[in-house]
Amino acid sequence: MTEARELYQKLLAGDRRAAAKLISMVEDGEEGAREALEALHKHSGRAHIVGLTGSPGSGKSTLACRLAQEYRTRDKSVGIICVDPTSPFTGGALLGDRVRMQELSGDPEVFIRSMGSRGALGGLAVAINDVINILDAFGKDYIIVETVGAGQVEIEVVKYAHTCIVVTMPGAGDEIQAIKAGILEIGDVFVVNKADRDGAMHTLADLEMMVETKPGGLQAWKPPVVATVALEGEGVDLLVGEIARHYDFLKESGTLTKKIVGRMKAEVLAILSLKVSEAASRALEDGGVAAELVDRMVERDLDPHGAAAELAKELEL
Amino acid sequence: MAQKVRVLLCKPGLDGHDRGVLIVGQALRDAGMEVIYSGLKQTPENLVEAAIQEDVDVLGLSILSGAHMALIPRITDLLAEREAQDIMVLAGGVIPAADAEVLMRDHGVARVFGPGTDTRDIVTYVNERLGI
Repeated sequence: MTEARELYQKLLAGDRRAAAKLISMVEDGEEGAREALEALHKHSGRAHIVGLTGSPGSGKSTLACRLAQEYRTRDKSVGIICVDPTSPFTGGALLGDRVRMQELSGDPEVFIRSMGSRGALGGLAVAINDVINILDAFGKDYIIVETVGAGQVEIEVVKYAHTCIVVTMPGAGDEIQAIKAGILEIGDVFVVNKADRDGAMHTLADLEMMVETKPGGLQAWKPPVVATVALEGEGVDLLVGEIARHYDFLKESGTLTKKIVGRMKAEVLAILSLKVSEAASRALEDGGVAAELVDRMVERDLDPHGAAAELAKELEL
Repeated sequence: MAQKVRVLLCKPGLDGHDRGVLIVGQALRDAGMEVIYSGLKQTPENLVEAAIQEDVDVLGLSILSGAHMALIPRITDLLAEREAQDIMVLAGGVIPAADAEVLMRDHGVARVFGPGTDTRDIVTYVNERLGI
């Protein structure tokens, strides 16, 4: 029996160590994981995927912890994926989200996985999607994907969650500006965390105003703005209610199918982009035809677009 | 793609001194490892569950409370119960040499790194043991 086969059979039987090992294979980009992912695909598709994003220090980890606790009181199982940046210089990462989730540790129905954003070439998107699918097949009712809202990949991933939560906090005027620029469009629910601080009402009002004037005009779903104090657990029941209401809306309006289709397309695209990037960078490092193309570029005999087209032909992409 | 070394650093038991463990964490991170920090006051059960979920290669235990002879054997027993004794267990903090010897001989601890250890020695040891 191959390692992957053994792992997914154990995983489907509820073995947490097998799930964890399979996630490592996926993170390391091991080809062997393919077989397991293929087998698991038909067991996935049941979880409600919740994306959680917002700037550093806004309280995402604490909020993820509180959400999971709330779901646990309703006897639901939870998977949490925490993505933190990897140093582009050393390749190392310090992953500290668990520090904010201590109340969850020891609960076998909560599976927490810390992920470093790791290398270039778009491997992260592929890995996160795979880990979501693994935890989904593992039977988690809710999968919370927590990422710093910086970087295109992270935004893509939460964008294709069923429900995307954008977290902010009071007293960060520029914060709202940042949200306006990039992630206002993807938020299905907005949270003003640390709402016991000065200026919370102001931030709430600002956000509500922005939601009203959201680009694209009025949609069938108007994102609610929820005030929370995650540390004390305040407002978390309201947030859970809004997340559920959004999921009901998705199902009733038929938007869920659209979201799922969007996510599937994004998954395929991420995998293909990674394969193409890997093949191209390998070719460029290896010398041969690619090196000749680069030489011709240096001689100004060929432009980058021409070189890319020839390389694509050469690699049969 | 190469395998990435994953390490879980923990503060088991009632011990609030985390300066040392954080320094070690930074050194391992700067050596290119993925370091997960658990935070303070972990029970053996919780940290073993975390080590399994995070699928780490190394479990680093920092104890300055004097309770190492109670906590560490409990942790390595739990790892064995979960068939996870392949996870390398390292200890640090204030652990007398005689206790360190017992922990390494009888309780599955790979190595004890005491005060004054050069963090590079920890990096070298981990990499060598993992064959990197």
